[in-house]
Amino acid sequence: MNKLLLGTAVVVFLMITGLTVGSANAQSKNSLMIGVTLEPPHLDPTAGAAAAIDETVYANVFEGLTRIDQNGAIQPQLAESWTVSDDGLVYTFNLKRDVTFHDGTSFEASDVVFSFDRARAGDSVNAQKALFAAIETVEATDPMTVKVTLSRPEGSLLFNLGWGDAVIVAPESAATNKTSPVGTGPFKFSRWVKGDRVELVAVAPDAPIQKATFRFMSDPSAQVAALKAGDIDAATNLNAPEAVLAFQADRNFEVAIGTTEGETILSINNTRAPLDDVRVRRAIAHGIDRKAIIDGAMFGFGTPIGSHFAPHHPAYVDLTGTYPHDPAKARALLAEAGVTDLAVTLKLPPPAYARRSGEIVAAQLKEVGITVEIVPVEWAQWLEQVFRGDDFDLTIVSHTEPLDIGIYARDKYYFNYDSPAFKAVIKRLNATSDPAARNALLAVAQDIVAVDAVNGFMFQLARLGVWRKGLKGMWRNAPVQAIDITGVRWE
Amino acid sequence: MLIYIARKALILLVTLAMASLAIFVTLEILPGDPALLILGIEAQDDTLAALRAQVGLDRPPTVRYLAWIGGLVSGTSGISHTYAVPVFELIGERLVVTIPLALMALVTSTLLAVPMGMLAAVRRGRWGDFGVMGFSQIGMAIPNFWFGIMAILVFAVVLGWFPAAGFPGWEAGFGVALWALVLPALSLALPEAAILARVARASVLETLGADYVRTAHAKGLTRQRVLWGHVLRNALIPMTTILGLQFAFLLAGSIVIESVFSLPGLGRLIFQAVSQRDLVVVRDVVMLLVAFVVVINFLVDIAYGVIDPRARRAG
Amino acid sequence: MGRHPGFVLGLLLTGLLGLTALISLIWTPYAYDAISVAERMQGPSAAHWLGTDQFGRDIATRLMVGARNSISVGVVAVSIGLVAGGLLGLLAAARGGWVDELVARGSDVVFAFPAIVSAILITALLGPGAVNAIIAIGIFNIPVFARVTRGAALQVWGMEYARAGLAIGKSGLGVTRDHVLPNILSVLIVQATIQFAVAILAEAALAYLGLGTQPPAPSWGRMLFDAQTLMSIDPKLAILPGLAIALAVLGLNLLGDGLRDILDPRLRTEPVG
Repeated sequence: MNKLLLGTAVVVFLMITGLTVGSANAQSKNSLMIGVTLEPPHLDPTAGAAAAIDETVYANVFEGLTRIDQNGAIQPQLAESWTVSDDGLVYTFNLKRDVTFHDGTSFEASDVVFSFDRARAGDSVNAQKALFAAIETVEATDPMTVKVTLSRPEGSLLFNLGWGDAVIVAPESAATNKTSPVGTGPFKFSRWVKGDRVELVAVAPDAPIQKATFRFMSDPSAQVAALKAGDIDAATNLNAPEAVLAFQADRNFEVAIGTTEGETILSINNTRAPLDDVRVRRAIAHGIDRKAIIDGAMFGFGTPIGSHFAPHHPAYVDLTGTYPHDPAKARALLAEAGVTDLAVTLKLPPPAYARRSGEIVAAQLKEVGITVEIVPVEWAQWLEQVFRGDDFDLTIVSHTEPLDIGIYARDKYYFNYDSPAFKAVIKRLNATSDPAARNALLAVAQDIVAVDAVNGFMFQLARLGVWRKGLKGMWRNAPVQAIDITGVRWE
Repeated sequence: MLIYIARKALILLVTLAMASLAIFVTLEILPGDPALLILGIEAQDDTLAALRAQVGLDRPPTVRYLAWIGGLVSGTSGISHTYAVPVFELIGERLVVTIPLALMALVTSTLLAVPMGMLAAVRRGRWGDFGVMGFSQIGMAIPNFWFGIMAILVFAVVLGWFPAAGFPGWEAGFGVALWALVLPALSLALPEAAILARVARASVLETLGADYVRTAHAKGLTRQRVLWGHVLRNALIPMTTILGLQFAFLLAGSIVIESVFSLPGLGRLIFQAVSQRDLVVVRDVVMLLVAFVVVINFLVDIAYGVIDPRARRAG
Repeated sequence: MGRHPGFVLGLLLTGLLGLTALISLIWTPYAYDAISVAERMQGPSAAHWLGTDQFGRDIATRLMVGARNSISVGVVAVSIGLVAGGLLGLLAAARGGWVDELVARGSDVVFAFPAIVSAILITALLGPGAVNAIIAIGIFNIPVFARVTRGAALQVWGMEYARAGLAIGKSGLGVTRDHVLPNILSVLIVQATIQFAVAILAEAALAYLGLGTQPPAPSWGRMLFDAQTLMSIDPKLAILPGLAIALAVLGLNLLGDGLRDILDPRLRTEPVG
């Protein structure tokens, strides 16, 4: 009995001490605390598709031969310069000197050979193995020069090598990168409190940010509260757009509405009757009201799209007028196709953008006489049933790979579009290197998928960043899945 | 007595074995490919196969079941598919949140419930009783996660006294960490306290009517001494039983509350592991929770057997 | 009746719940899934008594249909438990021996799984949705009813009249039908009422975790889930569904307690959970 009392007293005392210590938490000006939504499963970007891995370590801890900058342009990174042979088959990279990995080993051509061979090997577990598909051989001609020979021309090789999946790892540490990543970047891994945070520290003693922490907060309202309380300095992508509203009037914060590569589309199974009838797909296109979807699901944040293409890209063509919202037209098209009482399922993966726009799309399609049954699925089920299993009518998903209209030329891709005309365009595109000619071909490609109403094109996801005033160098846009803090400083 | 314990121990083992089989079979037929989840939509078939081989998913089910049970018995941990660390380590990291949370909830609910139960029993049929029983009814009716949401709204969003969610970790300072657990612990404690107050009231009423209490009164002991000395001590026995069982369920029941407050506890771990199809983690966590319940039940049975010989025959 | 104010209040609240659900079958102010983004998150008005949600849907309508949802979940989940668990309990009590042992061990295993954990596993197995949530809750109800039934039935079997039934040549089934069942009915009714409340709470928790009733069908728990990121902008979205749950559960619990007092004075010990 006395023990119980004693224990009680201790707990009460602790609660009171907690009360007094609770609030003080000042930020020193050379540290950075970033709130992110998802925790990475591990920290090896060459062995997993999770965006959270790249967000934590890309550019910060790991570097590739090239890097993608804030505007989506290719910049030199571990390769100082490069030359390409006239036939486009041989790339010679001159490597940056005096670079060391965080464990002290020096960076040399052999590390590049190791990294690329590892990614291409038979037992590779690289999620983007296709990036390396064109590579025939990788050789170190001397310790500071790497020669990459291709089996076919690959116009996007330099871009591909800037992906997180193509970063350079050292043979000594590759096996343990999942839990203690060792790269060449300006930050080295310090520690990982599972379920809560990853901490990075600067390699250079004079770096403006000495300690960077990524805190995992799956709940957007928690991120908002943490920002306001000063527990975190920045949230790079609030996945609840309504959370941004709380900061727009607040002078202590900067709200950055940027772009992403995420085309959010209502994917249609193009081989399933009656959705294989282009009139039915056009009816769906006429049935959806992009403005109401963006307002209702995303609180107005997002740019309407009329095809599978990012509006900030130079080759973008505004095709949102191809099939404007017109319920009467939609009903007429359905009648013309002889379709009555159309009932379809709409499988929705977990993200809020999908679940919310799904509810609105279902209501909008009901207006034109299409009964939509919503089937929420986990990612595991989505991948198995929708993406691999061809078992769906409609789904909503954001395609986040940059410049990925080429998926419409793939055989047996999950929405099952098959257009010889489109495939011909993409084939010509792959063989074209002149930028103007490429843009013209991309415009044609956009037009074909829009006119064919392959999918319901809804909106480009916005990147909703909020950070404390005085924090400079944060990325507004997200051309790759990264939270690159290498240029960040306090002012 | 030995036979009784042996019988109970046998039941314990059989229950655990049946539960482990149930867990394994369920996870075996769970749709969804862990490799596909890890490698994403651009993954190629050969890469997926390589990953499956790497984590041992290509072995036959019986081999994997036996390896799992063997690992549990010998104390060797499996390796999480997604986190690539030993599962036991992962569980340990989460228990440092969940166990303190459950303990805080337990202590809070006891501190609330025992005085209330006694008050209600002593004032049986009067306003005090009425108030306590009313509180108990309301406490049982309010969903704990709604209480949590409302507590965030009031104490974190409006008043700003508490962090809205998240857990800073114990290394951030004991006080700070404990402070972050106060609202979640309260949310868990409220319905527990409501139930416990009724148990406390009932058992105090029962002891109040017992012979030895009447004797104590007859001996001229003061009302207070009888109440706190004799009655409470005896009423605590059934309550401790309930508390033990509650603790086991608090560990698992905190899943919803951990979601409300984004706490990195055991509940979140199992929830995330299921959606990531990290089955190695799921089966160990579920087994741990099941074992906890079963062992506590076993101990309660033994305790009853010691106290009450009739229980040994009843089974 | 005046001696049971709790019972009267419980009857009133439960009646209100049932009535709301019944009315929602034939009439609601709006369609529960009628979206009007321009009118979102409005306060209470003559047009929308309780205001509108984040998609501009009428909250009063959604609460009414939510009541219907909660009731159907409760009824089906409790029926599963009552029928399956009741039969198992009666069987265990009538046969004894290894049958009894089997039922007891089976119950042990099911009970060993914390309800929320088995619900998560079941919905992962079958997919999230109202039906699967009902199955998950129903399965958990089976051992609850099995134990209660077995306990109560054993008491009856211990009575003279039950043994006398066997002596005059009635079968075990006959005794169960003529003596056991009528005598344990009140216990089962009380337990069913309590489990009904438990089921409503469980469904709300599952829906809150995203595992129960799925949109656009309104569920009180799901409404709470959707409200969480919005509550600093519009608190009523989080307050109203929670109140609805609390009132429904309160009503059922009071009703259960009251029924226990009225139907079965022998059981007038204080109820536990």
